[in-house]
Amino acid sequence: MNKGVAVTGMGIISAIGNGVEANYDALINSSHGLSFPEILKTIHTHLPVGEIKRSNKELEKGLRLSKNHSFTRAALFGIIAAKEAIFTAGLSKEDLSTTGFISGSSVGGMDATEKYYLEYESSKSHRQFIAAQHPGFITNNISDYHGLNAYTTTISTACSSAANAIMLGARLIKAGELDRVIVGGTDCLTKFTLNGFNSLKILSAEHCRPFDDSRNGLNLGEGAAYLVLESEKLAQEKNILARVTGYGNANDAFHQTASSETGEGAFLAMKNAIKIADIAEGDVDYINAHGTATRNNDFSESVALKRFFINQVPDFSSIKAFTGHTLAAAGALEAVYSILSLQKNNIFPNLNFSKSMDETDLIPVTKVRSKKIKHILSNSFGFGGNCTSLIFSKNG
Amino acid sequence: MDKNIFITGIAGISAQTEEAIFSEKPYKYSKNIFSALSPDFKEYIPAMALRRMSTAIKMGLTAGKIALKDADVQIPDAIITGTGEGCKQDTEKFLESVLLQNEELITPTSFIQSTHNTVGGQIALNLKCTGYNVTYTQESTSLESAFFDAQLLFREQPKLKSVLVGGVDEVSKKITSFGYLTKFLKQKEIENLDLFSQHSPGTITSEGAFFFNLSTKNQDNSYAILKGVKIFKAETAEEITAEINNYLEKKESKIENIDAVILGRNGDLDQDKIYDELQNMIFSKNCILAYKHLVGDFNTVTGFALWLTCKIFKKQEIPNILRLNSVDCNHPKNVLLYNMSSKNNHSLILLQKP
Repeated sequence: MNKGVAVTGMGIISAIGNGVEANYDALINSSHGLSFPEILKTIHTHLPVGEIKRSNKELEKGLRLSKNHSFTRAALFGIIAAKEAIFTAGLSKEDLSTTGFISGSSVGGMDATEKYYLEYESSKSHRQFIAAQHPGFITNNISDYHGLNAYTTTISTACSSAANAIMLGARLIKAGELDRVIVGGTDCLTKFTLNGFNSLKILSAEHCRPFDDSRNGLNLGEGAAYLVLESEKLAQEKNILARVTGYGNANDAFHQTASSETGEGAFLAMKNAIKIADIAEGDVDYINAHGTATRNNDFSESVALKRFFINQVPDFSSIKAFTGHTLAAAGALEAVYSILSLQKNNIFPNLNFSKSMDETDLIPVTKVRSKKIKHILSNSFGFGGNCTSLIFSKNG
Repeated sequence: MDKNIFITGIAGISAQTEEAIFSEKPYKYSKNIFSALSPDFKEYIPAMALRRMSTAIKMGLTAGKIALKDADVQIPDAIITGTGEGCKQDTEKFLESVLLQNEELITPTSFIQSTHNTVGGQIALNLKCTGYNVTYTQESTSLESAFFDAQLLFREQPKLKSVLVGGVDEVSKKITSFGYLTKFLKQKEIENLDLFSQHSPGTITSEGAFFFNLSTKNQDNSYAILKGVKIFKAETAEEITAEINNYLEKKESKIENIDAVILGRNGDLDQDKIYDELQNMIFSKNCILAYKHLVGDFNTVTGFALWLTCKIFKKQEIPNILRLNSVDCNHPKNVLLYNMSSKNNHSLILLQKP
């Protein structure tokens, strides 16, 4: 087994809570965070979403931002989640100045763009948000706020963005390029993405049912999560929450938005991750599946799981019915949940499941289950055929 | 010791051509936003598919395929893309339909193609390439982030044969024109070749796609050795100078060894001050070149400078249109690219003739 890279801090904000503890409470009590949109102003008020019920004004409280700031909703989530991660890792101001930052984002500050786009030319009031549309701007907002001065970049590979950010962070630490890096992702609900997925007819008007035979689409969500990764030298004196031991990225090379019937991209990503972790397939105790609850994703992922684990598929669940699909942030939220599973020896349930799909007959874990867990495989797949698998393992 | 990384295939689509630059007859543009010169996309992409594609996808896919062909590679082991502002044309189209149709009767095509990794995904799809595929979007260091990752990949997997790295950004009607509102663009329309004599705030912009096939195996026709890429944050010319000196030392070089420095000067008054300081201090004895008066300033434009350096290495000649001073450079062998856009985004690319 590969020793992996130490995780020394984590932070999260999602529809099921602000902070790691609140998220854990919701997961262990099977208490989902889906509701109808209130903060997001849309005509699609019948579509359930995983919305964080705080306005930007409320999120800004205590952050001491200047009056004409350019922090969009995703930047605010990012600041809050990164703050918790920094706090749990016990990082000083000086530590932060030599810390790198790698963030995943799909639509950056689109929430502000769609609010002000039609008035930018006629009014000067909100022009500070023009540049904030782009994901790199959001990343710089967050890194500037926390004074992170080492290598900073943004990954945008749709719904696998944060998983790829975690992978890059682990690789940079292993290669000795960085000693400490904060990795994860952030995305907020927007009319842009809600209407996009709605026009693709893959949003469900009900609470999503991952891996269920009758699943009929996903629910969108919003949130941010970050991990602090540190080199052995820095981590040895610290409380190590878990280790990133494996990672793999591959491309399905099948279709811009749909996944292949063979799940080739997912299969290869899992294969690469297991190889890097230097463990056997049978060592995986639990899979945090991508499981968005679309017809196509869950079928393709199931096929990939059956192929890869040669029909001995370990315990698995998708937590998308708790938080909704948080797009670029999903891989980071689920990294935090995976680490919680390792720490608490609990598998969090796949809600709303009743019948396995005819084609693959896989049954996820549907109730909170206690189990000794050493290795977790976490999947994140995105548009453009982008497939990423991460492996989180107990320390030592 | 890491193996050398060679650039073995290149492609550049921009508002200029190789011929125009090296014959000292660059294309002139009289608007502050101008388009790239399109190659015949039909040679590379089926006409049916072409119709649905935005400029970024057409340019990116074509440049990717040209670079691979140039390197005689069928399918690369990995595809790493950088784009500062992504697929703006599709983003704009979809956004406008959502806003103007009040979220009703929306069609998905432009949404599907609006994600930042569309170009990287389309290249993978076109080539049936299932390898590593990541897209970076970090403003003006997006392409540099992609190169940084590629270097890491070669270090982790020395057996990789080919990594395709490229940068792409396109002009879109509204979002690009918002550059006038943010003062990124000069308020008065200028001719591109006059960029460096304006002494006013802002710059000019355009679009392009620049792809490079990287390999650890030298080929007879390799263009350049990618000695290294560095992204850093800095606020003053002194800090930038320190970063450059440290970096060159780490690469066992020094500023005296650099035959030509290619600067990302963009004609903006504030940036000019910093570039002037650098030119008077650290770069005072170097041959200094610039290129944004030819192709404008956009997030992945350093790809153009890199493409240009590859051409300069091959031809061993430097067109006068690029020169900012009269320091001789008869045999360009070591070239340093420096670019900046804000205190957060500075980049260095160090190149050597094979």
